[in-house]
Amino acid sequence: MKRMSKRSLPALTGLIEAGRPVEHHAPARRAMVAPKAWNLAVEQLAEGRWSLLGLWGEPDIVHMALLGEGREIGMISLKCPGGRYPSVGQLHPPALRLERAAADLFGLLPQGLPDTRRWLDHGQWGVSHPLAPGTLAAGASATRTPPPAAAYRFLPAEGDSLHQIPVGPVHAGIIEPGHFRFTASGETVVRLEERLGYVHKGIEGLMAGSPVERAARLAGRTSGDSTVAYSLAFARAVEAALGVEAPPRAVWLRALMAELERLANHLGDIGAICNDAAFALMHAHCGVLRERVLRAGDAAFGHRLMRDRIVPGGVASDLGEAGTAAIRALVAEIRQRFPHLVELYDNTASLQDRTVATGRLKPALARQYAAGGYVGRASGRDFDARRSPGYPPYDELAFDVPVLQEGDVNARVWIRIREVEQSLSLVEQILQKLPGGPIRVDIAEPDGPREGMALEGMALVEGFRGDILAWLRIGAGGIIERCHLRDPSWFQWPLLEAAIEGNIVADFPLCNKSFNCSYSGHDL
Amino acid sequence: MRKLLFESLIRPPLTERPPEASDAAVDELARALDGAARKRLGRSLSIRAIDAGSCNGCELEMHALSNAFYDIERFGIRFVASPRHADVLLVTGPVTKNMREALKRTWDATPNPKWVVALGDCARNGGCFAGSYAVMGGVSEVLPVDLHIPGCPPPPVEILKGLLALLDGVNAGTGAARG
Repeated sequence: MKRMSKRSLPALTGLIEAGRPVEHHAPARRAMVAPKAWNLAVEQLAEGRWSLLGLWGEPDIVHMALLGEGREIGMISLKCPGGRYPSVGQLHPPALRLERAAADLFGLLPQGLPDTRRWLDHGQWGVSHPLAPGTLAAGASATRTPPPAAAYRFLPAEGDSLHQIPVGPVHAGIIEPGHFRFTASGETVVRLEERLGYVHKGIEGLMAGSPVERAARLAGRTSGDSTVAYSLAFARAVEAALGVEAPPRAVWLRALMAELERLANHLGDIGAICNDAAFALMHAHCGVLRERVLRAGDAAFGHRLMRDRIVPGGVASDLGEAGTAAIRALVAEIRQRFPHLVELYDNTASLQDRTVATGRLKPALARQYAAGGYVGRASGRDFDARRSPGYPPYDELAFDVPVLQEGDVNARVWIRIREVEQSLSLVEQILQKLPGGPIRVDIAEPDGPREGMALEGMALVEGFRGDILAWLRIGAGGIIERCHLRDPSWFQWPLLEAAIEGNIVADFPLCNKSFNCSYSGHDL
Repeated sequence: MRKLLFESLIRPPLTERPPEASDAAVDELARALDGAARKRLGRSLSIRAIDAGSCNGCELEMHALSNAFYDIERFGIRFVASPRHADVLLVTGPVTKNMREALKRTWDATPNPKWVVALGDCARNGGCFAGSYAVMGGVSEVLPVDLHIPGCPPPPVEILKGLLALLDGVNAGTGAARG
């Protein structure tokens, strides 16, 4: 009987059960596994049965968060003697940049990694492997002084009359810094290669050894447009680790903030995408609606971006009558104005000419990279962390997750349009059902876990851009020992390179804006 | 589209009354600007935005300056695509070490006279990122800064107040603006 029930378990759960489960890890389970099990997991990823949710390092340990066939989440960890471990990226390309980043930060040595160029480390830090043991404590010691920054070797593209266009890191518009290297044949892009890492601030290094409160502020400053979603992911991970539950009213207020953030970003994006097709009218009108959302957020929670309003244990500010009225007025205005803008978008042939069939992302790639958010959902990947694994209060709310198959700029605009409509409905439902009561509980920080014991927590939260993963370990005295935040952009940036191929250079801004990946969230 | 355009004609404008120039900024500028630099700009200011490691929050509020409520161009202030066209570098972020060189080069490419405005709390001294191996800890570690606009991020109206103070200070002479 026992064997029967074991066999019927989903494979990911089985793999974790076969390993050495780590105590005090919630809600998903984590196990230390042997290299054989690690390789088995990599095989499952390469064959497309499982999806990679994240890969990150610690001194001499590498972790992988995985999404199984039945949408179950699990985490496996492998000891890396001397930093060595079998590379995941050699068989499963979505792991490539994650492994390069972990190599830069921790000095891990993924064996067989096909791309060993440095990723976040541009040779400017004055220190190599800043998060490896002893590095931070010792400062930039002589033994770790890195070699001078070598010129980055971009991947070659060879052929008749190809030319290169270097763009960035400082761009023409008001956007974040990154370098794009185009190889073009006439107007057609043959290859785009991104080089990121310019805004690497060392957030994970700053978090290690910080009290929970300070780390929460850092989490909320990982990606400015997703400050609510990051604060939520971090708070949920802390609460999972400590076994604390935020009070019901806080849970609902968090969702309210998250939907307002989604509205603001989607409205801004829809306008900005049209603006990159030189259709400024949509931009102007969407800009007005976005500003209205930010002002409602300010009226309701005291900050336009609602920064630092979600904290471990609950929320920092309650919603009063004036705030409720401001949000109700906001929903009424968007409901009145937005349909006209959607109609304008749909009926303007010159605009459709730019967005339809441009920057097509194949569903197979979206699936392979486990692309979250509108990038994945516009290319057939039906995933939304609010629904699966799901978290309260979304289990008590009615909403649809729009999915399209076309994968072009137009589809990414339509997913946003549909999500604006869904978020409006969610905001209304939340206001209707908002429970009373306290908005914050004390987290067990003063005591923290006992000496020598560590508590670990993980959370997956749906930001406007896609699923954000937060994983952390809290040690004695309530100090964050290690925290890793994985932005959805890690799995979307590489897909932009694929989507632009064969398009004209002039359509790049349009494609780029339709992805709207985060630089800061990626670079950390 | 015609209906939307027509409605825009008959609806009252959303654009709001300009704010007063920020007193604190005027004081700071009085120290920063020399006499020779005044009167150079008339009523126009061309800004080149540089993200030197911001979380993107300041950029969002910079974008908001162009929406109908703030309409920054009515003050003669505009964002330009190249440092070659700029009077002011508006720098955000704690200045990551990976952006230090690009920031310096952008400064070098900006013609004189030029001013540097550090936008946001982390541009002042690194903010919550200070002490990291990967950041310089504020714009003034790399470039001479003429004005700080605090906030995390500063709301658009605060950015506007700071920039208006810069315009007034440069245009009329900071002594007059202060009086």
